[in-house]
Amino acid sequence: MTVFKSVAAGALALALLAGQAAATEDFIVVQSTTSTQNSGLLDEILPEFEAASGIDVRVVAVGTGQALKNAANGDGDVLLVHAKPAEEKFVADGFGVQRFDVMYNDFVIVGPQDDPAGIRGLGDAPAALAKISQSAAPFASRGDDSGTHKKEQALWNLARVDPAASSGNWYRETGSGMGAILNTASAMNAYTMTDRATWLAFNNKGNLEILTEGDDRLFNQYGVILVNPDKHANVKADLGQTFIDWLTGADGQKAIAGFKVNGEQLFFPNAVSQTN
Amino acid sequence: MQDFAQSFVLAGQLVVSGDPALAEIVALSIQVTLTALVISALIGLPLGALLAVARFPGSATLSVLANALMGLPPVVVGLLVYMMLSNAGPLGVLGLLYTPTAMIIAQAVLITPIIIALTRQVIADLNRSYAETFKSMVVPAHTAIAALIWDARFSLLTVLLAGFGRAIAEVGAVMIVGGNINHVTRVMTTAIALETSKGELALALALGFVLLLMALSVNAAVALLRQTDRSAVHV
Amino acid sequence: MSEVLSFPKRETLPLAIGPSPMPLELRHLAFQADSIAILMGIDLKLDTDALTVLMGPNGAGKSVFLRLLHGLIKPTFGEVLWNGEPACAATRKQQALVFQKPVLLRRSVKANLSFALGLRPFQNRKQRLQSALDSAGLADLADRPAHVLSGGEQQRLALARALILEPKVLFLDEPTANLDPASTLLIEQTIQRVRQQGVKVILVTHDTHQARRLAEDVLFMHRGRLIEHSSAQTFFDRPAMREARAYLDGEILV
Repeated sequence: MTVFKSVAAGALALALLAGQAAATEDFIVVQSTTSTQNSGLLDEILPEFEAASGIDVRVVAVGTGQALKNAANGDGDVLLVHAKPAEEKFVADGFGVQRFDVMYNDFVIVGPQDDPAGIRGLGDAPAALAKISQSAAPFASRGDDSGTHKKEQALWNLARVDPAASSGNWYRETGSGMGAILNTASAMNAYTMTDRATWLAFNNKGNLEILTEGDDRLFNQYGVILVNPDKHANVKADLGQTFIDWLTGADGQKAIAGFKVNGEQLFFPNAVSQTN
Repeated sequence: MQDFAQSFVLAGQLVVSGDPALAEIVALSIQVTLTALVISALIGLPLGALLAVARFPGSATLSVLANALMGLPPVVVGLLVYMMLSNAGPLGVLGLLYTPTAMIIAQAVLITPIIIALTRQVIADLNRSYAETFKSMVVPAHTAIAALIWDARFSLLTVLLAGFGRAIAEVGAVMIVGGNINHVTRVMTTAIALETSKGELALALALGFVLLLMALSVNAAVALLRQTDRSAVHV
Repeated sequence: MSEVLSFPKRETLPLAIGPSPMPLELRHLAFQADSIAILMGIDLKLDTDALTVLMGPNGAGKSVFLRLLHGLIKPTFGEVLWNGEPACAATRKQQALVFQKPVLLRRSVKANLSFALGLRPFQNRKQRLQSALDSAGLADLADRPAHVLSGGEQQRLALARALILEPKVLFLDEPTANLDPASTLLIEQTIQRVRQQGVKVILVTHDTHQARRLAEDVLFMHRGRLIEHSSAQTFFDRPAMREARAYLDGEILV
């Protein structure tokens, strides 16, 4: 019985301790995409910002669609995503203050080495997708309204193919993150579209390799937006702006350029230098 | 599949090296889940016992509800808690989203029905033998409930273990309300999900082994506790 | 233990019979379960402190009868009146019942007693606890878990727990069934002691020898009816009813 009581007391003490775990230091919440986290970019560059500013950056990495919704709910101070039309709409709707370009990389279409659809070396992404649909080779789609998914849909449109009509057949909508899709594609020898950063950092490529790349239409622009404090009073506008200024400023841009996986640069800074 | 062997080795290395990042994640996992468990126990044990011994308006409905909610999908719990704690939600002003507290709330919501339903069952079984004696002795309801909980403590420990297991293994809810923020809300399960999405399957599986080890340790500790308590002098 | 145990002779206890501390009156008492009649048409007055033994073959309804008296179950018809008040929690608080198979808390011997003590506003709890342990012969086993005790020890504990509540009425439902003679003796001695202290004892037993040893007043039930109520002497010497005679002669009654 004494043992019992002491264990109960210990558990309670631990419980109270956990309540205090939330630190009181300055921090911001950044709603971002899985590609920035899974590639390792944020882990690499954030400590530099945190050391310089004393601001702790808490990253919630979800699909761009969910990141936009979370930010619209005021559950974050800064949005760092890659779906320019959706981002512009976010600002136009009053949820964000202003959108800034941060960096870019590109999407690539990856698929099995034996390439049943024969798209290897094609520089035309819509044409590659059209060939995949004709061959009815499996294609794994994010299907989650993420930035990558939005880009993929735009490319299907250009290819004049409605993949949704073949959903469940050769077109597989898995509704999951980029890494999960790559695992899926690797397991079922499917084609898929991924951002290059996640691809390069991904460690379970299996039989997959890059088959189509270099089309201008595969360009992948990342933007950063301060969530509008007029909509949500809890938004830490000053701290968030400090982060945006750093990210789009010389130090942040240099850090982004310096991030390499296996000697390869994953993101290319392209912020327009701010004038104030 | 060489991943399995590799994972075992990796798990061993992680545990032996005392990797600080891993230690942090393990500590947070245990803290969050134990806190959720304490809260659920404080609510679920008395309520489950009350449902076992007393009939009051709505008690049958509550029992059925608790049984049904045992199968609540964690993601749904996560979404509900997210909608409550979101800055656009009714409790947004508390600023709890993306904190360990939010994860504690989600896990507590998830396992309280389990504690209630299983406690009701355990206490009802014990009460079948105690009820007549208690009625004869005119034991007040609250004393009876306390006595039943205390006397069923070994069975109830198993109930608490079931709750602990469900909470610590859960990923859907804590991912949504915690956000898997490094050093703040990253726990074992969300770390495993993250490593999986990076394609680091061996590391993910190794973390899974560590989680299993944690669960085993807790169960072993409880088994030991029972033994010590049984052989110790009874009050 | 070389000492030979012997049950006290009936003649050694010529007790004065006084008024009951809690007179009982039953009016047209009947009980049905699932519309099957278990007890029917019982009228009875017990207003002395004489030790009442309730006898009758299996299925006569003795245990149900005891539960009705104690207020654990409600009669389908009729009334159970203690001091003119219907049996309820308030009357139950002044009584105690020892079941045939004791239900003990899964705790130590001492904790079982102190649990009971805690139910009423007693003074000097420590002393009461110690004297209860002593008189039940359980002092050496005080810290033992109750469930590891022998059957006899468990029943002594159940009896001690009942008595620590200082009841005015003590019900016993075949308390010594399946117990060895030594335990039976200890329990009978305790019963006689509390009878001397003025507690109204109502005992159900199948053991006619025990009944002869303890009874001052006998109730005989058969098939849900109370068919005989007489003094012990009358009952054992000249039972009025054929069924009671047959029962005492050891015939199988149905």
